[in-house]
Amino acid sequence: MKAIIFCRALALQLGCATLLSLTPALVHADDPVLPPISEGWRFIEQDGPSLYRAICQGCHMPDGQGAKGAGMYPALANNPRLAASPYIVYNVLHGRHGMPGFGNFLSDAQVATVANYVRSNMGNHYSDAVSAADVAKLR
Amino acid sequence: MSKQDGGQELISRRALLSMIGKVAGGSAMYTAMNAMGFAAESPYAGRLNLQGAPKGTTILVLGAGVTGLVAAFELRNAGYQVKVLEYNNRAGGRAWTLRGGDEYTELGGFTQRCEFDKGLYINPGPWRIPYHHYGILDYAKRLGVPLEPFIQVNYNAYLHSKKAYGGVPQRFRHVQTDYQGHVAELLSKAVNKNQLDQAVTTEDKEKLLASLRSWGALDKDNRYLASHESSGRRGYDVPPGGGLMPKPVPSQPLALSELLQSGLWAHLAQGNDQTHHSAIFQPVGGMDQIAQAIYRQVADLVQFNAKVTKIEQSERGVTVSYTDSAGGNLQQTKADWCVCTIPLSILSQIDITVGAAMLDAIQAVPYEASVKVGLQFKRRFWEQDDSIYGGISYTDMPIQMVSYPSTGYGSPGKGVMLGAYIWGPNAYEFTSLEPKERVRLAVHYGSKIHPQYLQEFETGVAVGWHRVPWTNGCFGNWSEAARTQHYKNLCQIDGRIVLAGEHASLIPAWQEGAVLSAHDAISRLHAQIKSKA
Repeated sequence: MKAIIFCRALALQLGCATLLSLTPALVHADDPVLPPISEGWRFIEQDGPSLYRAICQGCHMPDGQGAKGAGMYPALANNPRLAASPYIVYNVLHGRHGMPGFGNFLSDAQVATVANYVRSNMGNHYSDAVSAADVAKLR
Repeated sequence: MSKQDGGQELISRRALLSMIGKVAGGSAMYTAMNAMGFAAESPYAGRLNLQGAPKGTTILVLGAGVTGLVAAFELRNAGYQVKVLEYNNRAGGRAWTLRGGDEYTELGGFTQRCEFDKGLYINPGPWRIPYHHYGILDYAKRLGVPLEPFIQVNYNAYLHSKKAYGGVPQRFRHVQTDYQGHVAELLSKAVNKNQLDQAVTTEDKEKLLASLRSWGALDKDNRYLASHESSGRRGYDVPPGGGLMPKPVPSQPLALSELLQSGLWAHLAQGNDQTHHSAIFQPVGGMDQIAQAIYRQVADLVQFNAKVTKIEQSERGVTVSYTDSAGGNLQQTKADWCVCTIPLSILSQIDITVGAAMLDAIQAVPYEASVKVGLQFKRRFWEQDDSIYGGISYTDMPIQMVSYPSTGYGSPGKGVMLGAYIWGPNAYEFTSLEPKERVRLAVHYGSKIHPQYLQEFETGVAVGWHRVPWTNGCFGNWSEAARTQHYKNLCQIDGRIVLAGEHASLIPAWQEGAVLSAHDAISRLHAQIKSKA
């Protein structure tokens, strides 16, 4: 059982097609590979990429490129506003304009993790990491 | 037991309530899911009869959703010269129905083509109209839009939990009857043992016991058992038949502890919200039908494919800049007054000349995440196999609920179910997925309630409201603090501009809020225009 779970986790990380073809005996046809999904009103994701996918990607898009329609979602990729870490931490906690806050859905550590992920990926290179304690101060 | 005035024996109401509370509980999810259901009866005051518009006065309406359409219809009837700008290539806004052949491209460029059969549809937005939403119902009535009952509570639908009863879904009638029966028996015991100490008189005790027997289907000794009383509600193992068919055999109730631990009782009160009471309706053919009927009255006023980029006002009038929806062909149009129904999620990004108080209000409202998935199946197995005709099954899986069409009962062909209606963290997670992945997951989870899914599924569409290009979210989710600080400022007329929409109402996310906001805003605007004329 543990092996199956481990393989699923790996499959998600590495792209499932290759791995599934290597481990056909472990995957049942009626039990497909599922992305991480939360229980109730707390996000279960803990690592940066998973938190980004769960929380940010819906609006800011898979590569952080943002989107334009009648309005827009700002790009997070190459975004100089992220230089000040309290800016992103505060917005994740409390929202900004139409953007909802996520403070009630996330621990301080999760907020720090997703903030650090966004500030050090997608063309952003801010190395001053945020800690859970930094997040707690902005709640 | 305590003695109070007149020496009557009283059972404490607080104790009763606390006992019921312990049994009934209530989860954070349930409360939050109903955050938009707090509205009471609509204070609709009847049809507007605005008269005496100063000759030649022009009003620009921004947005052709329910609010904008109602505003345009009523203002023209009052004698104003009205023009409407709409971003989409259709009217109705969130009063929206997806049918076979429709194409929908969400933010990020993901395009879905709805492959449903003719006559089948899904309503990504509003999907039911309570009997007391008098305003929207009155537009249906006066414009001849036929309605049909929406089945909210179906006693034969399922309540499902991954962890309860081995993941086997339970019929609503079983959970409800047994929950009531057990609670009634418990309370009866407490009453008879004189354990409740205040506030219920000796006289009331007898009435209380009688009412518990009636409410809980108890026997004459206040017991909840397998009986004709209980099976008359939850159903028989062998139901009564005709002629020499076997005698009826009552069914065995679910045990109290397992029922309480299952958490399935959390769904029993859904139909008790006034916004879900019977009778509750849907327009025949899709929720867009009322908006489309209003649109037909004002079609000559509406310009589609117009993306508002700037709203300026001076003492003399309002100037609105707009492009086509792709951002080209910048144009301007002027009017004496403006009714702006653009959702605050979009309006907060548009340059608008209003005072600081209104600007702050425009920026104070986050938009909620929600996802709906429509699934077409080769046959109506929920009717044919499960005897479920309309209504909703609830689950603790991420899809949260599935709903069966409240129309076309017994049709031999295909059918479309609502395969997911999601709020909270799961709504964000589903929104972030590609549409086809949302559909795949809805089929996977739904198959745990209806195994037929895996054989019968054909095609689906999925709408994550944060990806909807013209709303950036589902509805304006006011916090109590923001309401207190900003709501009045949002609704005040600012110079020559007034805002309206579900976001400028106390019935968020419901079409009734849109109608009442439109009526309130244009009535005040009309009075102001006349007072200045």
